[in-house]
Amino acid sequence: MKLHAYQRDFMAALWHDVVVGPLAALSAQPGFAVYRNTVMKGCVDALEANYPAVTALVGRDWLRAAAAGFVSESPPTQASLLDYGAGFADFLARFPPAAELPWLASVAQLDRDWTESHLAPDASTVDPVSLVATSPATLAGLCLRPHPASRWRWSADIPAFSLWSISRGLAPQPENGFASLPWRGEGALTTRDADRVETTAIPRAACAMLDACAAGETFSAAAAAALTLDPAIDLPTLISSLLRTGALTTDDPHFTKDHTR
Amino acid sequence: MGLSAGLGIKPAQFTLATAEHADGLWFEVHPENYFADGGPRVRCLDSLRAAHPLSLHGVGLSLGSVGRPARAHLERLHQLCTRLEPVLVSEHLAWSRWDDRSVPDLLPVPRTQEALDCVSRNIAIVQETLGRTIALENPSHYLTLAFDEMSELDFLTELVRRTGCGLLVDVSNVFVSANNLGFDPADWLAAVPATAIHEIHLAGHSEDPLLGGQLLIDSHDHAVDARVWSLFEGLIARIGSRPTLIERDEHIPDFVTLMAERNRAAMILEQAIVAPSRQRASA
Repeated sequence: MKLHAYQRDFMAALWHDVVVGPLAALSAQPGFAVYRNTVMKGCVDALEANYPAVTALVGRDWLRAAAAGFVSESPPTQASLLDYGAGFADFLARFPPAAELPWLASVAQLDRDWTESHLAPDASTVDPVSLVATSPATLAGLCLRPHPASRWRWSADIPAFSLWSISRGLAPQPENGFASLPWRGEGALTTRDADRVETTAIPRAACAMLDACAAGETFSAAAAAALTLDPAIDLPTLISSLLRTGALTTDDPHFTKDHTR
Repeated sequence: MGLSAGLGIKPAQFTLATAEHADGLWFEVHPENYFADGGPRVRCLDSLRAAHPLSLHGVGLSLGSVGRPARAHLERLHQLCTRLEPVLVSEHLAWSRWDDRSVPDLLPVPRTQEALDCVSRNIAIVQETLGRTIALENPSHYLTLAFDEMSELDFLTELVRRTGCGLLVDVSNVFVSANNLGFDPADWLAAVPATAIHEIHLAGHSEDPLLGGQLLIDSHDHAVDARVWSLFEGLIARIGSRPTLIERDEHIPDFVTLMAERNRAAMILEQAIVAPSRQRASA
C-alpha cells in the first residue's frame, strides 16, 4: 500500500467507527482503539485546559462530552494544542444541551480571550507619563492601537465578566448563587502587562474607544466615539484605566515603554 | 560533568526545577507546548534554561508523513532552538499530520522502502534547518502492519546511516511494543547499535482497561516498571552511560518523588562510569 493512501485512510479511520477498504482489518485490531482514544483524549484535555471557567460552571463530565462534539466537528489543524479551541464559544451557542445555559457562550468567549492574550506577540505599551507632557494638539492627532494581547468585548444582557471571574476563582461566590447577580450587560478587557494576563470590567464606552483605536482612528476620534456612546462618561478616568492595564500601543517610540511586553 | 539523568518537566514545577541542584541534572520539554508568539509562555523557559541544560523533545513534527514537515512548525522549532540552545533535540519515528489535519498522537509508520525515503528526506530537512543532528525515538506499537518490509531495528539503523541522525531509545516503548506484538524486548535492546544512541527514555505504562495486560499503553502515568528498570540496567551495562530521561505526563507526583526516580537512573549511570569494564565483561 502506498504511503499516501495509507495515511489518508488511517487518518479517516481515526474519526470513524466503521472502516471499509484496505485498512478495515488493521482498524479491527484491538490496538487501533488506543490511537482513537489517545487522539480524542488529547484534544478534549486541551479544550478543558483552555476553558477553565466553562468547566467550573458545567462540571468536567459535561464539558468533556461537549468538547468531544467540538473535536469531531473541528479537529486540530496544527500539532501545538496551546491555541486549540477557537470557535468553541460559537459551538456552545448552538449546542442543544447548552440551550438552557444562554450565558455559557459569553463566558467561553472570555476564556478564549485569556488564551489569545496569553499567546499573543509582544509589543511595547503606551507610557502614560509621556502623554501628560504632550501638547493637546499632538495628543489629539496621535494614533494609539490596541496592544496585540488586548481583547475586549461587551456582553449585552449577560453579566459575563462577573460569571467568568467567579468561575475562575478571581471573585467571591455570591452568597445566594448566580441568580442573585445583577442581570445586566458587562464589558470585559483582557490585557497582558508585565507577563501577567488580567481581565478587568470596562464600560461600554471603553469598548467603543478600543474599537475606534483598532479601526485606526486618531486619539480625538476614539475619545469622541466613547462620548457618543455615553455622553456622561468620565473620559480622563477611562483613558487612564486603559493605559494602566497596558491595553494600548503605538508605533511612535516617544510614547512607549518596555519593548518586551 | 556531562549529562546524567534528567526529568521531563512542566511549567507548574519550573520553579522547583530551576532551584534544584544535582550533578548532571537536565530537563526536557515538548517544544510544541511553547509555540507562542510572545509573552510568558515562551519566556518561562528562560530561567530554567539559565540554570540547567535543556532538551527539546518534539511530538508533532510528523517525520513519518508522506509530505514534508510543516513549514510553520519547523520555523517555530528553529526559533526555540536559537533562543534556548538545547543540549539535545529529538523527535519520533511517527506521523501525526495528513493534509490540514493534525492529531495529538504518534501514528505508526509502515516500514517500507517508500516510507524510508520519506522519513530520510524529512530528517534531512529538519537537520539542515536546525543546523544540528537530531535523535529519533522508537514509538510504542499497538498494531501489526501487514505491509512492513523490514524490522524496526533495520529501519532505524538505515535512517541513521542515511541521515547521520542519532537514536533516542525509549526502553519503556520497547517493553510495551514487545508485550503487544510478541517479541523479546531484551533481544531488541541487545541489537540496537550502541554508537547511535544519543539518549534514553524511561516512563511508566498502564494496562488497557478492557484487555488488561494483553495490551499495554504507553501512558506516562505511573512510575517506571521494575521490568523496565531491569532492561535499562542491561542496556547501560552494554553501552555505558547515556543521558537518560524520566518521563511523566499524567498523575504527576510532587517534585521530590520525581527526583527520587531520576536519582535511581542517575545511580545506574554512575555505576556504568565507575566500573565500565567489569559491567561490560559481565553483560
